[in-house]
Amino acid sequence: MDNTPAVRNRIDYGLADKIQQVFIYSFVAAFSLACLLPFILVIIVSLTAEKSITINGYSFFPKEWSTYAYELMFSPRSSVPRAYYVTTLATVTGTIAATLITFCAGYTLANKQCRYRNGMSLYFYITMVFSAGLVPWYMISKGIGAYDNIWALIVPSLMFSPFNMFLVRNFIHGIPDELSESARIDGAGEIKTAFSIYLPLCLPVIATVALFYAIGYWNNYFNAVMLVNDKDYYSLQMFLFKIQSEITQMSKMAQGAMRSNPPKESYKMATSVVTMGPIILLYPFLQKYFVKGMVVGAVKG
Amino acid sequence: MKRGDRIKKKTPFWTELWRNKLLYLLAVPALLYTFVFSYMAMPFMVIAFEKFNYKTGIFSPFSGLDNFVYFFKSSWAWTITRNTVVINFLFLIAGTIFSVALAILLNEIKIKRFVKVSQSTMLFPYFISWVIVSYMLQGVLGTENGLINNLIAQAGGQRVSFYSLPQYWYLILLILNIWKYAGYNAIIYLAVITGLDEGLYEAAYIDGASRMKRIYYITIPLLVPTICILTLMSIGRIFYGDFGMFYAIIRDNGSLMPIAEVIDTYVYRTFKNTGNPSLSMAIGMYQSVIGFILVFVSNRIVKRFFPEGALF
Repeated sequence: MDNTPAVRNRIDYGLADKIQQVFIYSFVAAFSLACLLPFILVIIVSLTAEKSITINGYSFFPKEWSTYAYELMFSPRSSVPRAYYVTTLATVTGTIAATLITFCAGYTLANKQCRYRNGMSLYFYITMVFSAGLVPWYMISKGIGAYDNIWALIVPSLMFSPFNMFLVRNFIHGIPDELSESARIDGAGEIKTAFSIYLPLCLPVIATVALFYAIGYWNNYFNAVMLVNDKDYYSLQMFLFKIQSEITQMSKMAQGAMRSNPPKESYKMATSVVTMGPIILLYPFLQKYFVKGMVVGAVKG
Repeated sequence: MKRGDRIKKKTPFWTELWRNKLLYLLAVPALLYTFVFSYMAMPFMVIAFEKFNYKTGIFSPFSGLDNFVYFFKSSWAWTITRNTVVINFLFLIAGTIFSVALAILLNEIKIKRFVKVSQSTMLFPYFISWVIVSYMLQGVLGTENGLINNLIAQAGGQRVSFYSLPQYWYLILLILNIWKYAGYNAIIYLAVITGLDEGLYEAAYIDGASRMKRIYYITIPLLVPTICILTLMSIGRIFYGDFGMFYAIIRDNGSLMPIAEVIDTYVYRTFKNTGNPSLSMAIGMYQSVIGFILVFVSNRIVKRFFPEGALF
């Protein structure tokens, strides 16, 4: 009887406890706010008239609003739509390919039929603790033709991560072996067992891994910095990274057509908002599977 | 079972491959990818001992240890090593303390909705690229129109140009790191706390233990193994700077480099600016070798003390 949670409520810890509680709630709330406010600032600044920014600086309460930055971003001369297309293409293709590669390898490594699975794990593991570095990476990427084209954004570094593969392997370890045995007895081939029996069961971990890859692709600017010079293949992040020069160029090209100075600050922020867009939209979904996957990955190792 | 094992062991390599050909075939893409980007990259490391020439490529004339000598004689060798280690160490210690504290506090909150909402907001920065974070930071610290300087100016003070004053930057980078990753790490720790034995807490309630006592005598001691494992694992990574972070935040800002240039950004800059892959490779090799030793040692320690947490 005394073990029920209700007993907690009857115990009075007094004033100290109340103060602690106030502290706990305000600390957590303050940190959450600190995480949220910069995003709100970005959105507000993206909708502020440039004049207002020049005079008053960044502000949560701008004097004058404007959507000019967004209009400019989607004007015919803008490179944003192209960068958006390139990034989406790389993200979608890359994520699908990467997830498939990862699932297949994870499945093989988890299969007791496979006698060399420990050797293969070691083969992958070594690459996690020792990397040859930037220069060989650059030369190999260039050597296989992933340079100045869409492949540069898809293939190098991002298309396979042993960490994710081990996540899949560990998840499959948790599925009873009898399942694959009974599938084999029923006459299902290896490929069929993998894709029509194990794949559906692995959906939670696959969702997590796919999200890891998708975020990796979407937020990556390193590949573009290293391997892309052609502006046609700038990813969105790369475009954002180089936006200063882009604005200067646009103002040169469109002199006279501009209503005033190029909206440098608001344009920067509007592009940031557009870049964050898909992440914000997918956020509830992202969060659900991320938390699950993180727990699987971190606690089970 | 035993018999089966013995028969299996006798099958020769090719027979085993042929018998499970489809199974091995599934792993081929991953094996191939890893081979190309990791194993094929290793021979390229000889470039570090050569005077690289784009015509002869990997077979350029040897120059012994010249590149290493050149690098270690420059003042940058010490600067970037110190920056990488100090900054990562700060991130690790302060980041862990903050995340654990946050997780413990979240665990003390009994309103489920509050926990859920605050978790969602805390995890948000984790998903955002460093490029966007760099613009947010400019919005806060910018000299002409940043929030902090606006406040200073309104109060009648002198604007501080943060982007040319290196002394602030260890702190600024630390805050950024905590801002971006603490929510994520706190959720991991919270998952561990939630998995702890409820009975212990019930017993403590009944014995009348106060909140501080429960945290101090139950939660923290039970979290120590996880904290140790995660910390040791990160110590292995202490020689690697986060390129994505440093290059987006610091860019080519020369006045911040004495404090914020890390090995990774320096390797990149050497490669891009001097056009000398050999020198860049030598620095990269210094990083890889020391980094590998650190990972290896820290993993051994984990294995020694927490066998279930080791990676190999």
